[in-house]
Amino acid sequence: MSDAGAAPHKQDFEEVLDRSDKSVAAFEGHEKNLMDRLQHFLHGNPTMVPVIVLAISIIAFGFIAGDRFFSAFNLSLIMQQVSIIGILAAAQSLVILTAGIDLSVGANMVLASVIMGNLGVQLGLPAPVAIGIGFICGALAGALNGFLVTKVRLPPFIVTLGTWNIFFALNLWLSGAQSIRSQDIDAQAPLLKFFGESINIGGAQFTFGSMLMVLIFAVLWYVLNRTAWGRHVYAVGDDKDAAELAGIRTSRTLVQVYALAGLVCGIAAWAAIGRVGSVSPQSFQEANLQSITAVVIGGISLFGGRGSIIGPLVGALIVGVFNSGLRLAGVDVLWQVFAIGWLTIIAVAMDQWIRKVSA
Amino acid sequence: MTVQPILTARGLVKRYGRVVALNHADFDLYPGEVLAVIGDNGAGKTTLIKAISGAIRPDEGEIRLDRQKVDFRSPLEARDAGIETVHQTLALSPALSIADNMFLGRELRKPGFRGRWLRALDRDKMEEVARQKLNELGLLTIQNIRQAVETLSGGQRQGVAVVRAATFGSKVIIMDEPTAALGVKESRKVLDLIQDVKSRGLPIVLISHNMPHVFEVADRIHVHRLGRRLCVIDPKKHTMSDAVAYMTGAMEPPVEAAVA
Amino acid sequence: MKKTVLKAGALAFAGATMLALSAPASAQEVSACLITKTDINPFFVKMKEGASAKAEELGVELSTYAGKIDGDHETQVQAIESCIASGAKGILLTASDTKAIVPAVKKARDAGILVIALDTPLEPIDSADATFATDNFKAGELIGQWAAKTLGDEAANAKIALLDLAPSQPSVDVLRNQGFLQGFGIDLKDEKMIGDEDDPRIVGNDVTSGNEEGGRKAMENLLQKDPDINVVYTINEPAAAGAYEALKSFGKEEGVLVVSVDGGCPGVQNVKEGIIGATSQQYPLLMASMGIEAIKKYADSGELPEPSPGLDFFNTGVTLVTDQPVEGVESIDSEEGLERCWG
Repeated sequence: MSDAGAAPHKQDFEEVLDRSDKSVAAFEGHEKNLMDRLQHFLHGNPTMVPVIVLAISIIAFGFIAGDRFFSAFNLSLIMQQVSIIGILAAAQSLVILTAGIDLSVGANMVLASVIMGNLGVQLGLPAPVAIGIGFICGALAGALNGFLVTKVRLPPFIVTLGTWNIFFALNLWLSGAQSIRSQDIDAQAPLLKFFGESINIGGAQFTFGSMLMVLIFAVLWYVLNRTAWGRHVYAVGDDKDAAELAGIRTSRTLVQVYALAGLVCGIAAWAAIGRVGSVSPQSFQEANLQSITAVVIGGISLFGGRGSIIGPLVGALIVGVFNSGLRLAGVDVLWQVFAIGWLTIIAVAMDQWIRKVSA
Repeated sequence: MTVQPILTARGLVKRYGRVVALNHADFDLYPGEVLAVIGDNGAGKTTLIKAISGAIRPDEGEIRLDRQKVDFRSPLEARDAGIETVHQTLALSPALSIADNMFLGRELRKPGFRGRWLRALDRDKMEEVARQKLNELGLLTIQNIRQAVETLSGGQRQGVAVVRAATFGSKVIIMDEPTAALGVKESRKVLDLIQDVKSRGLPIVLISHNMPHVFEVADRIHVHRLGRRLCVIDPKKHTMSDAVAYMTGAMEPPVEAAVA
Repeated sequence: MKKTVLKAGALAFAGATMLALSAPASAQEVSACLITKTDINPFFVKMKEGASAKAEELGVELSTYAGKIDGDHETQVQAIESCIASGAKGILLTASDTKAIVPAVKKARDAGILVIALDTPLEPIDSADATFATDNFKAGELIGQWAAKTLGDEAANAKIALLDLAPSQPSVDVLRNQGFLQGFGIDLKDEKMIGDEDDPRIVGNDVTSGNEEGGRKAMENLLQKDPDINVVYTINEPAAAGAYEALKSFGKEEGVLVVSVDGGCPGVQNVKEGIIGATSQQYPLLMASMGIEAIKKYADSGELPEPSPGLDFFNTGVTLVTDQPVEGVESIDSEEGLERCWG
């Protein structure tokens, strides 16, 4: 302790302090058994949980379902199958990190894809223009969510529940419930299907869509961990009032987060056209909830401010691995749904357990 | 040559509907001093502090910093002008690290291309500065600058918040009830910290209910009552019970201590 | 202050809108309700068009309702209740849950309303006053027969993928699937259930939700099980389109027979372009317009509609559309299919 200039005027009762134990608090060290060590390790590296689960499940299903599961082709196929939900999970993660939730990500994506398709194929605009307008629509839709959350001060759950319906209705209206056929897209605006193309490396088939998913997660990881704005996003989710007092413009940050999430949904729309092969207004109706499942299994806390963005990527892969593995093992679709439900609950329970640590 | 106050307020008025929270209140803070502001609940001292820290805008009256008139429209503006506040709630983000919290809202970027175009944070530099500042002010007990703030004790957190204010505050530091939530040992450390900050030349406005602490560290005590400054007393010339009596209206202050 | 006004305004607006939308129809005119599974499937969109056109022609006031997604049973129950309250004379219904909707239908019938099931029979079928439907079993049979005859001798060694609708196995799903298998010549075991067959030619079943995304995923999954699949049955044409994309990405678009049911214009176009080998065309416009006619007749004279002879529903017809006709199975070509198509 440093000495001030003049001797401080200590209270009488505080003189007793000179004789008492100087340390603020001491803990009796207790035996750290394996579970404690594991818990401590996971507390320090929470993203390891989904990674470990992914590794174990790949190995387990490799045994159960054999070569058909464990081949390079099948593993790369799983990546393809989760690529759209994965990208939506990235968007969802941004929002959940701010202690919000976005129930409209899937509807936003489908609407953007319908806009891109109609502009590019029916109206014949150049594909890059149609795609760009789709991106802008996604971002604007997200910004609408952000505006309603920050300016009108409605809870994110309610706002995005409403916009889910609004985007869905707009989608129906614009598309007339009609899909745009794959062949028509090939004829008019083949660029729309770009992310469906793939390259083959040693038996594995990587679509540009899967690569896009990884790229988006990498970029968002950089933004969230290496830029000031990213720190602000975490701070706003962790304790909004503290962030505001510390000088962060929380409303502005929130609108930016929702708008960025919307932009990612717009990008997902382009990738979705490639994945499905056509512009389909009826597809991806469960994508909203599936994106939330991937985020939760990936270890991001629904209370905001905690979790690595890489988690949801692993979460999406875990869902894909379970679906593929169970199916190839001959298990009925019903039990796949059952398994994913339990996975979600166990993921959140594990998250609670590793947070409790005597540091 | 008389010393001029570094921060003054004259005739501040703030109304909330029919309630008058500030009723032509005055305020003076001299360079290098610790000024304690005491007053009963509802006396208006919180409103006064909010006005000078930019959290609210008074309806009437003027505030001068370094003789210049200022009109803060937000706490950020006050901060930019050099007035730092350590809030009662600390304004620390629990999940973020000590270094992150130190620089929250004023992060350092890497120089050159990576800083400007990729907006990369200079993590190493921020951690180095944080470590240095914490050392300077004697908070050696914190081992790992990267540990989350929520793992620190109440006193350590208070320490981090004070160090943050001292690092960035260039003109005035305001502390709102810094020892209210702390035990005896930790309060002692914070009081020592306040002395350290004072010894670096920064004036401190200290709001507190804790008379013993106030009387220990304050150079002058501003007594706030019924929305205005009642008097300013010297802790060496008055007792704690005098102060409480003035604060609650049980006793009238002597003429020489009354408002100047 | 401002946001309270804003919120109050929003609530008032919502309230007024709900009142306006639920205003009952006038008592003098005959009014009818059309309740479809969703608004998003072009099949139901066409049904709505057919019903609206006929309703206008006959002077029937039509209210339309739809579930949010296939399987949204709750919205349909509420729609039936609204129709009862509004004094409708008849309800046309494509049920999302063909068993669970029965009590609500009974309530309507007890109130004297004529309830006609369209496209999807209720379970049991006589829960409705009448059913105007495609013979979904026949639709499946036609494409099954076509596939078997096209393969000829090779049908004995076929590898079949079955792309169905949903795990809950609604009646349309079961009928088409089992019809296909029957037409192909496979033992059905229990014809009320999908997936209980043990014929080694079946590679497997998977669900598609009836859309392109589901079709693609299901096809990929089954191809992983057995890459030598050469016959693909699909529940509808969007699923078939998705399945084709998967086949393409696996490099297998040649040499695989894809069959489907629907007869929508994009689907028939796909037949023309060789993506779908054959599809059973159904007539939603006809179903809906005949349904409206039946309601008007009932309102005017109390006469109930009659089923087709030998069937317990009124058959609105199904036709096989293919550009590769086979002997013994009647069909029309894609050009004629395009003339008669919907959507």
